Formats: sequence, structure tokens, C-alpha cells
Amino acid sequence: MQEFLQQVVSGIAQGAIFASLALALVLIYNAMGLVNFAQGEMAMLATFVAFTLINRGVNYWIALPVTVVIAFAGGVAIQRIVIRPVERAPLLTLVIITLGLATLLNGLAGAVFGYVPRSFPSPFSVQTVEILGAFVSYRDLGVIAVSGVVLLAIYLLLQRTTVGLTLRAAAHHPEASRLLGVHVSWMLALGWGLASAVGAVSGIMVAPIILLEPNMMQTIIIYAFAAAVLGGIESPLGAVVGGLIVGVTVNLCWC
Amino acid sequence: MLQRLRTTPPRYWLVVVVVLFFLGLPTVIDSFQAGEWAQALILAIAIMGLNILVGYSGQLSLGHGAFMALGAYTSAVLAHRYKMDYLLTIPIAGLLTGLIGFLFGIPALRLSALYLALATFALAVVAPSLIKRPVELTGGVQGISLPPVEPMTSDQWVYYVTLAFALLLFWLAWNLVRHRSGRAMRAIRDGEVAAAASGVNIAGYKTLAFGISALYAGIAGSLFGMATSFVSPDTFPVSLSIQLLVGVVIGGLASIPGPLIGGIFAYFLPIESNQWVPTQTWIPSQIASTVVKAGPAVSYGAVLILIMIFAPNGIVGLITAGYTRLRRRLQGAADREAGQMPPDAQTIS
Repeated sequence: MQEFLQQVVSGIAQGAIFASLALALVLIYNAMGLVNFAQGEMAMLATFVAFTLINRGVNYWIALPVTVVIAFAGGVAIQRIVIRPVERAPLLTLVIITLGLATLLNGLAGAVFGYVPRSFPSPFSVQTVEILGAFVSYRDLGVIAVSGVVLLAIYLLLQRTTVGLTLRAAAHHPEASRLLGVHVSWMLALGWGLASAVGAVSGIMVAPIILLEPNMMQTIIIYAFAAAVLGGIESPLGAVVGGLIVGVTVNLCWC
Repeated sequence: MLQRLRTTPPRYWLVVVVVLFFLGLPTVIDSFQAGEWAQALILAIAIMGLNILVGYSGQLSLGHGAFMALGAYTSAVLAHRYKMDYLLTIPIAGLLTGLIGFLFGIPALRLSALYLALATFALAVVAPSLIKRPVELTGGVQGISLPPVEPMTSDQWVYYVTLAFALLLFWLAWNLVRHRSGRAMRAIRDGEVAAAASGVNIAGYKTLAFGISALYAGIAGSLFGMATSFVSPDTFPVSLSIQLLVGVVIGGLASIPGPLIGGIFAYFLPIESNQWVPTQTWIPSQIASTVVKAGPAVSYGAVLILIMIFAPNGIVGLITAGYTRLRRRLQGAADREAGQMPPDAQTIS
């Protein structure tokens, strides 16, 4: 029973990582009807940025929000530079562009940081604490906590603020929103920025577990696709739930 | 994904020129380069198959690398275990892969574009692991080494066999799209409901498209095994499937010459951006050194994005558009010379 609980908690931690990345995918799908195949690579690049900051001596708890902000800016920049010229293009063109972006970001990370796997520091120790008779590691609890805070923040932003409402409106009904004075193009950019920020959290959370290297997100993104589709590709809540289900299932079936 | 039908007649003389070019190519390049061009032709064959599925029939597939793997392994197992003559295994591999593709197309009927893309992507991801499982049959992680048989090890021989298959398959594809099946597929792509109302067998043609594209990929995979004398699960990663799709779009969707250009592009761009660019004196040294330092992946991704932004109909689309503009200009000039007004834009075909 303890073993089962341990695996479930580990699964929830892993699931939180999948859920964050899946949420990023859903945010962009909601905005554009497009699955962003470059999401994992964007998250990976943000994680490298965090790594560089931490290496320069910045405290982890300062580097984390700073990286999230940088990732947000990066997402907005990518939307403005790469996606906006082809906003109205057919789906296939956009898919190819995201694939090209993924290749480009992967190559960029490889060129700048190299392909040698590095260890990424985590403020949570790997020591375990006993809860209800099961030994749960602080790191798993930390991942769940941080991811939970970020996902809650996104939820509050989307559901309880005017900006979130405007973003949802622009994604759901661009023409009507335009008529109401919403700058739809910038809302799309905001969506990309948010997705990139959430993906960055996913990357930073997973990097201590699997070593940091340019190809690290490629298995994660596959699980994130599964999680997003499992929860319903249009539903942010579904993405989170789907992520948790996938995480727990993968963990339980790995033995 | 709507593509205009080609209203210009086929340029037979251009086809002859291209065929002659490829026939004569090995005489002016060395053996290793002939092998490289053979690889490009192999990709072109697979891309042609994928184009039939994506460009002409409107179904997205991110998993054709898996069909290439199936074809390669079928040939390898037949040649290695059952000592079959390798040339004979190529059509068998193609037919088997085509059948599997056809069967795969049946559940694919139920999936809309996004889900089909993800399902085929899943196929591509799972393929290497699936291959590693039956170790006695496939050799597991180590793959299968094909016994070298003269003249198979000759790069030129490989090139010519590949070229022969490519010519045959491209000709068959051209026939397919010009006749009833091609029209049916295009009708399905452009408006499924209208096509169904016109009596087109949607399910039949969609699965047929899957089967044919898988057949092409299977033959390409089989030729690939012949070219490299070795097949292993890791030579068919997910990036291969993506490379094929990229080749389709870069060359030009729903075109016959497109896959040829796409294959050449898909094979040579990553290699040449690293090797060829530094040797070109007309490229400023800062640009050249940045390109080399950034690595082939960055150039590949950047070129891909630029082509998609500026030439979304692919290179063939770019050429066709440029040619149409040129013809229109000349037409207008000729009319002005003859004293007539230039025709309206709408009346120009």
C-alpha cells in the first residue's frame, strides 16, 4: 500500500510537469487551432536560460520568476516575428513553421550550450519525508507545489481578470472581439507568451530529474500531447487533469 | 490546404531534360556523391507518396518514417533470413507496406486533421521501439547487416536502381493524379461533402491514398536499406517523418515535380549548410561563419520558416507564380505593341 502511495505521489509530480506543458499546448490551440510542436523546445531553451542565471550565482527563487518573465517575452517575440506573417495561412503551413521552429531552437540550444548533459540544481532535496506511512521525496512535493501555484495563477488570470476574459474572447471569437475593440493580434501574442511561460516552468521542474540537454523535452512533449488530447484539446482544465492521469499511469506501469 | 489545379499543360520537354540530367549525373560526379544523390532520390520517392496523401488527398501524416522502416525491414529480413535476391524484395516490401498502410487508413477515416496528425506522430514515435522488440526477427537494437553482393556495393549501381524506381513511381503517380482517382482525391480534399454528394467513394479513396503513400514509402525504405547495406531501428527516428512532411511542403503540395525538389532539399540542406557554405566566396564571411557555427539544424529551421512565410506553395509554387507573372507581363507587352489594350486580369488564364 505504501509502495502504491509512493508511486501515486511520484506520478502526480510527473503529471504536474506534463500538465504544465499540456496547458501550454492547449492555450495555443485555443488561440489558433494549431498544435505547437515547438512547445517543448521553447521550454527547453527557457530552462537553459534559468541554468545560465543560476550558474552566475542568482538565487534559484529569483531565477525562476525571472526566467518565466523572459520566457513570456520570448513567446511574445516568436508570435510577433514568426507567426504573425502567416496568421491566416492554412493549418499545414503553420504546422511546418512550428516544426521548423522546433528544429531551429534545438539547434540553437545545441550550438550555444552544447549537447553534454548537465545536472540542474533543485532547491528541494531528494530526501524523503513520511506521509501516511509512505516515503515521499521533498522534490516531488516541491514540483507539485510549484506547478500547482503556477497553474492556479494561470487559472485566476484567465477566469478572474479582465485581461484573461479578453484573451479568451479573442481566442474564441476573433471577429466579434475585433468589433468590440479588442486588439486580437496582441491577444494572440499574449497567449503565446503565457504558453511559453507555463512551458518554462515545466522545463525547470523536470530538469533536475532528467539531465539538462537540448533533447530533454522530446519525450516529455509526447506525454504532453497525450495529456492534452486526453483531457480534450480545447480544455485547460482537461489538460491539467489529463496530465495528472498520464503521469500517474506512466509511473504505475513502469514496473 | 487548397491548391489551384495546374492549368498549364505538362512541359514534356522539361521532363526529358530532367530525366537526361539524372541519367547522366553519375558520369560527372564521383561515387560517393552518386550515393548521396541516390539518398535524395529515395527521399523523393517517399515524399512523392506522402504528397499523394497530404497534397492530393488532404490527409496529414506525421508518421511515414514508420512505413519506410517497415519497407526497409521487410526487405532486410527477406534478403537476410530467406536469402531472397534483394531486387525481388523491393516490390514485395512495397506491396506489404502498402497493405499495412491501407489497413491503417481504415481507422484513420474517423480522425480529423489534428488527431490524424497526432496519431501518425504516435506511430512514428513508437516505430523504433516496436522494431526492437522481436529480436530474433529484426536483430533488435543492432539491426540487420545485409550481405554485400556485387554489384550492390557499387554506389553507381545503387544510384541507377534507385533512379529506375523513381522514374517508374513518378510516372505512375503522374498517371494517378491525372485520371479518375486523382480527381476523386482532389475532390475529397477540397470539399468532402460535395464530393460525397457527387458520388465519390470517400472511404475507398482515402484508404487507397493511405495505401499508395505507404507503398511508396515502403519501396523508398527498401531502397534505403539497399543503399546503406544496414538497417537499424535508430535510422528511422521521428525526425525522418518530419523531414518527409517538410519535403512535401517545401517542394510544393499537390505537384509532381515538387517531391523531387523536396527530396533534394530535405537531404542536402542540412549537409550543405555545414560544408558547402564556408567554401562559397560570394557569401560574406560573417554570414558564412555564423551559419557554420550555428549548425545545420538552425539553418534548416530558419530556411524552413522563411520558405513557409514567403513561399507557402513551396518552391514549385514559387516557380509557377513567377512564370505566370512573367507570361502575363510578356502578354501585356505584346498586346501593347500590337496596338490592343492589355487584357483584363480576370481574362488571363
